[in-house]
Amino acid sequence: MAAAPESAGGSTGGGLIGWIDQRFPLTKLWKEQAAAYYVPKNFNFWYYFGVLSLVVLANQLVTGIFLTMNYKPSSTEAFASIEYIMRDVDGGWLIRYMHSTGASAFFIVIYLHMFRALLYGSHRKPRELIWIFGCLIFLLLMAEAFMGYVLPWGNMSYWGAQVIVSLFSSLPVIGGSLVEWIRGDYYIADATLNRFFALHVAALPLALVFLVIAHLMALHEVGSNNPDGIDIKKYKDAEGHPLDGVPFHPYYTVKDLVGVAGFLLLFCGVIFFAPTFGGLFLETPNFEPANPLQTPPHIAPVWYFTPFYAMLRAVPSFAGTQVWGVLVMGAAVLVLFFVPWLDRSPVRSIRYRGPIYKVMLTIFVLSFIALGICGLKPPAGIYPTLAKICTVLYFAFFLLMPWYSKFDSVKPLPERLTGHA
Amino acid sequence: MSDQVDHSRRRLLTAATVGTGAIGLAFAAVPFLESWEPSARAKALGAPVAVDASKLEAGQMLKVVWRGQAVFVVRRIKSIVDQLGNHDALLADPASDDSTQPAYIKSTGAVRARNPEYWVGLAVCTHLGCSPLGAFEANNSFQVSGVDLGANWPGGFYCPCHGSKYDLSGRVFKSMPAPKNLTIPPYTISADERVVIGVDDAPKSA
Repeated sequence: MAAAPESAGGSTGGGLIGWIDQRFPLTKLWKEQAAAYYVPKNFNFWYYFGVLSLVVLANQLVTGIFLTMNYKPSSTEAFASIEYIMRDVDGGWLIRYMHSTGASAFFIVIYLHMFRALLYGSHRKPRELIWIFGCLIFLLLMAEAFMGYVLPWGNMSYWGAQVIVSLFSSLPVIGGSLVEWIRGDYYIADATLNRFFALHVAALPLALVFLVIAHLMALHEVGSNNPDGIDIKKYKDAEGHPLDGVPFHPYYTVKDLVGVAGFLLLFCGVIFFAPTFGGLFLETPNFEPANPLQTPPHIAPVWYFTPFYAMLRAVPSFAGTQVWGVLVMGAAVLVLFFVPWLDRSPVRSIRYRGPIYKVMLTIFVLSFIALGICGLKPPAGIYPTLAKICTVLYFAFFLLMPWYSKFDSVKPLPERLTGHA
Repeated sequence: MSDQVDHSRRRLLTAATVGTGAIGLAFAAVPFLESWEPSARAKALGAPVAVDASKLEAGQMLKVVWRGQAVFVVRRIKSIVDQLGNHDALLADPASDDSTQPAYIKSTGAVRARNPEYWVGLAVCTHLGCSPLGAFEANNSFQVSGVDLGANWPGGFYCPCHGSKYDLSGRVFKSMPAPKNLTIPPYTISADERVVIGVDDAPKSA
């Protein structure tokens, strides 16, 4: 509002910083978000994946901007422009592999980041909104990745888009015209590619960045959870700082740098030695241009979608429509939003939960991985049955949670973080 | 002028302004939503397509593109056409009641064609839009990701994506991911086997 300039910032120092602080809350922001943001001191390995997803996001934004400088979003030129980037643009292959490997890396760190929340109850009150923002980020990320995968206009891009866009046609009444509206043509065509490009490079990244900021603002408002899942604000020192907390900067910035370095080693290893990752990160049929007349012999989405794709396939058509598989797949993502309310355990962290939650979480992780494998394989042999069983187990983890989390035994919570004298 | 603020009047005016603004916003959204509809050019390119099917030998297939979708034109072997009505018990929708086709196709029953020898249908699986593969002779199997189509496979279509099987009239078998028979577009076929896809007009008697 109309505050006097000299009271606007946290610092009243002179020089350039002082000049800025009188006009923009630079020092105030720095203190609130880093230097005086107190974080539990017992973070472990699992707490790397938040900062790593920021690193990957930055990688995707920078490499993506540079890719648009040579990419042509047209059905006749897209495939050739990617080959041009790979072969003729200096450094183009590296930028493209950084971007394509970054997409897979994004999902690896996000899945592990979400698993961390399930381990330590990071979604529990008062952090429900952090979790919901995170789920929205995950949802947008899936849309972003799907549209990005269409852009090279390889044959798997084309048929993947065909299958995913057709999902909407199963919706009753509006399905047919909705699909036509999404495609902008009677088939996946130039118009479709062009609008996916616009969404992939402008609309969705903007929304993603906005949501990431909201995610972090909500986190810094309530403070981070920790592996013990207990509140650190109970015991404070004379200055009002939590006894079990340390300032984010420099303690965790330095720790995170080590994690980032380790991550970059692996990331660069994939970029330089296995950018297609055996057809998992870049599928083999996508090295052929899109051909509307020739379906690849086996359509599988990229690995990070396969658990959800397996659920889609596991549900048979019923009452003359196959909308049920689509609904199950949608529900598999939507159910995540409700986890903070489904979990009725009196404790947050798995360290103080009983055996039931540990067993359920293990079954959940195993069935998620098994679904991922089912989604990669052709629907034959044991895979359709396995996918059906794992779909049930996936939902059982969430839908039975109100009961088993409540009746599970708990261990007594410590007063302060453990592992410290 | 009174010093009193008339709050109810202020609320009403604010609500009216917000409401008017919202209506304006809704109208302003129309061109943006419309811009996603198929353009005039896309509509023009969706015109009918003609193909000369007389070139086909029995057991051969043509794929033509109509509105960017592949359309099968199959010349079926007569002995298979005669058997088409024999396996209705195995089919999910033998009479094509729940499937999409012009009325003049539905009335032809098991053959699902204007001329029983020539079958025309969209090469788009009704499950999720993959393109099925065709096998047009009995036991003419093909290897698809190690899928066994069975020794008694009478010929038909097989979708490699999710394993849906159709007979040679594009009718789906029971317990397949695909819920419906293959869609048949409007088409005409003349006495000299000239197929025009995209028009309904009854074929003129030559």
